[in-house]
Amino acid sequence: MTQFELQLNGASVTVVGEEDDVLLWVLREQCGVNSVRYGCGIEACGACRVLLDDRLVFACNTRMADCHNRRVQTLEGIGGVDEHPLQTAVLELNAGQCGYCLSGILVTASKLLADNPQPSRSDIQTALDAHLCRCGAHNRIIQAIAQAAGSD
Amino acid sequence: MTDLNPAFKLNPLLSTWLRFSDNTVWVQTGKVELGQGISTALAMIVSHELDVGIARIRVQTGRTDSGPNEFLTAGSMSIEGSGGALRQASAEARQILIARAADRFGVSSDRLRVTDGVISNPEGNEQVSYWALLDGQQLDVVVTGEWRGKAPVTSTLLGGPTRRLDLHAKVTGGEAFIQDVVLPGMHHARVIRPRDVLSELVDVDAAVAEGVEPGVTVVRSGNFLGVIARRESAVIKAKQKLARASRWREPVRSIPADLKSLLRQPDFSLLVEAGKPTDTPIPERKKIRPGGRHLSATYFKPYHLHGSLSPSAAIATFSKNRLKIISHTQGPAIAQGEIARTLGLAIDQVSVEHKENAGCYGHNGADDAAMDAALLAFLHPDTPILLKWDREDEHLHEPMSPAMLVDLCAELEGGRIGYWSADVYSQTHMNRPMPGHGKASRLIAAWQKASPMTVQKPRPSMAPHGGVHRNADPYYSLPEKRITKNLVADTRLRTSATRALGAFANVFAIESFMDELAVQAQIDPVTFRLNHLIDERAVAVLSRLAEEMAHHAPQRLSGERLGRGIAFARYKNEKTYAAVGVFVGLHEETFAVRLDHALIVADAGRVVDRDGLINQLEGGFVQAASWSLKEQVLFDQTGSISRNWDSYPILNFSEVPTIATVVLDQPGSPSLGAGEATTGPTPAAIANAIYHATGIRIREIPFLPDQLRRLALSL
Repeated sequence: MTQFELQLNGASVTVVGEEDDVLLWVLREQCGVNSVRYGCGIEACGACRVLLDDRLVFACNTRMADCHNRRVQTLEGIGGVDEHPLQTAVLELNAGQCGYCLSGILVTASKLLADNPQPSRSDIQTALDAHLCRCGAHNRIIQAIAQAAGSD
Repeated sequence: MTDLNPAFKLNPLLSTWLRFSDNTVWVQTGKVELGQGISTALAMIVSHELDVGIARIRVQTGRTDSGPNEFLTAGSMSIEGSGGALRQASAEARQILIARAADRFGVSSDRLRVTDGVISNPEGNEQVSYWALLDGQQLDVVVTGEWRGKAPVTSTLLGGPTRRLDLHAKVTGGEAFIQDVVLPGMHHARVIRPRDVLSELVDVDAAVAEGVEPGVTVVRSGNFLGVIARRESAVIKAKQKLARASRWREPVRSIPADLKSLLRQPDFSLLVEAGKPTDTPIPERKKIRPGGRHLSATYFKPYHLHGSLSPSAAIATFSKNRLKIISHTQGPAIAQGEIARTLGLAIDQVSVEHKENAGCYGHNGADDAAMDAALLAFLHPDTPILLKWDREDEHLHEPMSPAMLVDLCAELEGGRIGYWSADVYSQTHMNRPMPGHGKASRLIAAWQKASPMTVQKPRPSMAPHGGVHRNADPYYSLPEKRITKNLVADTRLRTSATRALGAFANVFAIESFMDELAVQAQIDPVTFRLNHLIDERAVAVLSRLAEEMAHHAPQRLSGERLGRGIAFARYKNEKTYAAVGVFVGLHEETFAVRLDHALIVADAGRVVDRDGLINQLEGGFVQAASWSLKEQVLFDQTGSISRNWDSYPILNFSEVPTIATVVLDQPGSPSLGAGEATTGPTPAAIANAIYHATGIRIREIPFLPDQLRRLALSL
């Protein structure tokens, strides 16, 4: 077992594991992070998306060896203490059904809005093509992101 | 006196449904939250009838140790069933409590008002809350149904659209799903399964997995193989090693290469009359008059997956001869009984409590995972065990939505249909675990364990609009019709209930055929349908769709041909009415179908939660569009080869069209569920739009470019 240092949502944390343990399970098991979710294990569904040093990665396929001394941001961290406008918009528009896909989507959306504060519908769609939603709540999710961007 | 909701037969006491404590109303329902928003809709009903703000309402779903038993959450029945019962229970509770307050104040009941659970006498300045009146007691009285619910006006306490009660935890990292539950001393578990679950486990080297780290334990019972560990990362590695260190012998039961020929060999054929299978001998298909205008066509849908975004999971603890299970099953009481029977336990030794997982859209791996966790806990007692399937487990082992063939034939007399014949072929849609006897079971682990149970053979459902024949009987008025359901009882490919069951293929066929007939009759598709509809609500829905379609201007991308299509159905011929319109662009070189825009018009009776209703109608459209355009399970001789999303693609965000939905409220009619209402019309509306754009009539799902190109070449 090796120790790894992470800057998780702004706080320093130490976790233990093997180098080839994946970030997804370590975050869920040792850091109490619920929002990072398993869906497919092959980077096809996006339910596990997090930011690693401000880059979007799939936590299901990110080895702990690649996370040491780096910044990890999950849905829990995107709003800081307050509700992030993305979370507010999703709640106001009931932009989901089962909601399993939402946390990964909101991490991607937070990155999208940081890079492109006024995204078009098609910008949002393209960014979300790394994600799957099986309930068919796509349009509401797109609208929530547009509303959070103030471009709706 | 209103009709007493049937749910009270088994659950007669008011206190089974509503409990009052801590200035809160605890709503107990036997239905479960599947992401469809039922807990919010039920809270809204109770809030309206009881005059209690939604903030004071908590909804507890699906527990075998408290609350009502409502069997399954399926078939879009929860608003009618649990919602109807809670409306009556709440109306009655309000009347009982007002009568008690009237006694206390010495005034007549009709002078009293209720605001957020506080009863007041405006004239006497007196007030008392529900909770103070009850003083810790509950309403242990039998619901009589003597009190009508209130008129359907928006409760002042509700205001605008209600926020979903379950969504906050889901977007703030709260404990939202079964995978988030952590019990003291909990261990993680996985199961290891060959592609054919009836394979024999010839040999396994447990030491390979147990060497991953101390404490990893391999659990085996017959051909059931699992592994348990304290750390989740360790159990995942142990599963990978165990999969390589186990040798299986497949049974000889190869999957036929031509699945359509399998469907043409039914074990049961029944005549369907007024939506219900009968024992009446099946008449020959009528000989078509020579020279008459007639049409025959065959439609096909392949095997589909529910494809829940999260694989199934369950938690089980076996301790002191009691088995406690947490599961996302759609039928907690049924799972309780079947798990007890499989393990040889008494039913009161087993409890099941519902906890959400991602949306299931029908009978997916939920019950199997509950059985897996139960068996692991039974073999490894005194440890809470969280069992998770991985993606491959779910894709390969969830019961699929069966492939279906629908043969239609009709004769036109003038501009009207004179004769209609339908022969529907399918494997079963009704393969859920059900209270059973003897050695047969519908759960995978029961077939695999030591002293195994046998695979329960399907029998044809005789219920109106049951499975294969759901919506096989057109809602149109037709002078003469002959409809048969043909059930293939083969169990090599495991199939079961998926959103809308047979209605997806049946309505696809009927509504595509209606357009084909309209072309023959040289009548536009809307008028042709209206000519065969007598129900005014159906006419209203379809007419409104035609109006909305006329106002939409689709966007044309270069190289595309544009088309529009419509379709209509009333779910089970007695539930929600839905008309769907679609605008498509079909690329002339790639034959890719682009959904430009969709319109939905629906009538679900009295509206409870308009926003939730629209969410369900639109979600049903998107999922059915995904099935129609992209999805099919592929097989080799052993079974499915569609192991993950890369080999089973579904609609992505860029492919989803904008959607506009109109709900026609019917305040005087019972509220109906709508989760399955758009599922059937969607594939037909798309196929009809493709025809309108190109003249290509596509009768096989999925509508992939290769098939469209082949059909175009034969035009």
